[in-house]
Amino acid sequence: MSASDEVFILGINMTKFGKHFDKDVVDLGAEAIMAALADGGVTMADMGIFAAGNLLGSGGIGQQLQKQVGQTGIPVFNVSNACATGATALRTAIMAIKAGECDMGLAVGVEKLAGAGLLAGGDRAADGDSWTPQGRYGAVGPIDGRVGTATMPGVFAQIGMEYGHRYGGVDFELFARISEKNHSHSTLNPLAAYTKAMSLEQIMGDMMIAYPNTRPMCSANCDGAAAAVVVSGAKLKTLSLEQQRRAVKVSASILTSDPYEEACQVLPNVNTLTRNAARQAYEASGVGPDDLDLVELHDCFATAELVHYDNLMLCEEGGAADFFNSGATWRTGSTPVNVSGGLQSKGHPISATGIANIWEVCHHLRGEAGPRQIEGAKVGLAHVIGLGSACGVHVLEKSAA
Amino acid sequence: MTTATQIPFVHYLALDDGPPHLVAHECTSCGAHYFDRRNACAGCFGTEFRSADVATTGELRTFSIVAFAAPGVEVPFVAGVVDCDGTSVMANIINVDPTPEKIHTGMSVRLATYSMGVDSDGVEAIGFGFEPAP
Ligand SMILES: [Zn+2]
Repeated sequence: MSASDEVFILGINMTKFGKHFDKDVVDLGAEAIMAALADGGVTMADMGIFAAGNLLGSGGIGQQLQKQVGQTGIPVFNVSNACATGATALRTAIMAIKAGECDMGLAVGVEKLAGAGLLAGGDRAADGDSWTPQGRYGAVGPIDGRVGTATMPGVFAQIGMEYGHRYGGVDFELFARISEKNHSHSTLNPLAAYTKAMSLEQIMGDMMIAYPNTRPMCSANCDGAAAAVVVSGAKLKTLSLEQQRRAVKVSASILTSDPYEEACQVLPNVNTLTRNAARQAYEASGVGPDDLDLVELHDCFATAELVHYDNLMLCEEGGAADFFNSGATWRTGSTPVNVSGGLQSKGHPISATGIANIWEVCHHLRGEAGPRQIEGAKVGLAHVIGLGSACGVHVLEKSAA
Repeated sequence: MTTATQIPFVHYLALDDGPPHLVAHECTSCGAHYFDRRNACAGCFGTEFRSADVATTGELRTFSIVAFAAPGVEVPFVAGVVDCDGTSVMANIINVDPTPEKIHTGMSVRLATYSMGVDSDGVEAIGFGFEPAP
């Protein structure tokens, strides 16, 4: 085997996102794996590497899943990269193929989150009966809520408000309109956790979580899994014409972390690493933002979607509000964004998200998206951010075969 | 035995060196500021640091009014980032109504301290935030 320049998605699947009370994390992951293998017309015997991600479970999810679907002794990589875990698993399998270690690989991300609440990141123990300095800041009590907020809705609210401060033209209603778009899109996605359209009034009038994010403007905690089989270009040529026709080309697979900048250790900077990933992805693929037929980006909160229009260079710098107001990102617009319903309605089972967004794009590129098909889609981009931070960007193209 | 009567909520809040202010670890090579320890500067990898006082006034660069938080956290409260003459500081915005009408990015704020209560040894913890400046 030699190093491969070309890598394709051969099979891919996402489970229904939502509440799966009757399935554990292994059941869900196995469901996505079996379906992805079947979708690609292959079995575990064909896989040369397996990368698996799960944040909230007991660890070793890859080996647990092998025991459920097939143990062949191949290398397993258990990966963890916050909300970019799924994309990191996929990138790991792609790297193994690019390096020539194997010609087919499997990646899965799975999470059980239903009922976890909205709090990811927030935590408060009681004060002791004696003020005793502890931890890296010598704090005499819990910091969250006393020195800013550790809750994700509050952190991402600040990220969106900072964009508004820098460029203007941004208010509560604008963020709510972004959420209105995604909830509207979700009505066409049977695999989304929530599929109800919501009016602007409903969204703005719902429970405030962290201004300006109300509850429907926050990603929905839910259960779900997604899995993908990747194959080298050389190996794909030996497979059936039908497999070649449905294969989706991975034109760029990029993972970045946040480089140091003033303030990045105070409020996470999700902008620069996304911009860097996008720039690398466009350069690697030869695809430009204007070529994209659809984009699935990491709208963990409505306030996040706005800044990523700019970070992914879908609009000119500072122009995200105008870009959204033009209607460009609705499914009928020039650059449809989150036609799946996005994390706000499709749901956000953390480790599954970075493969589920690729499933959505592949579904359209294959022309198999049914009523929500973006007609004639040939090129798409999938983006995730894991706070801390990690950013995954994949550019995908319809097979020429 | 004498005991301190006050203790800062975090070690980077200085109470005994003039008016209350924040103190950062400053990279001697590039000037980057950190509020906890570093083995090397994340920006330039320099390994020498000195203490540097942070300006006590600044501009509110962003905020969120947090209405839903972990049990034990009083809500609503305002979390924000203040640009203190080039040093970004995470803090609560205090002594202001936590409403969108009263808080806006770009507003001038200044450091303020408050009592967090006295423990069983008679020591008072002093917290900090930023409040609207005239
Ligand atoms: Zn430095």
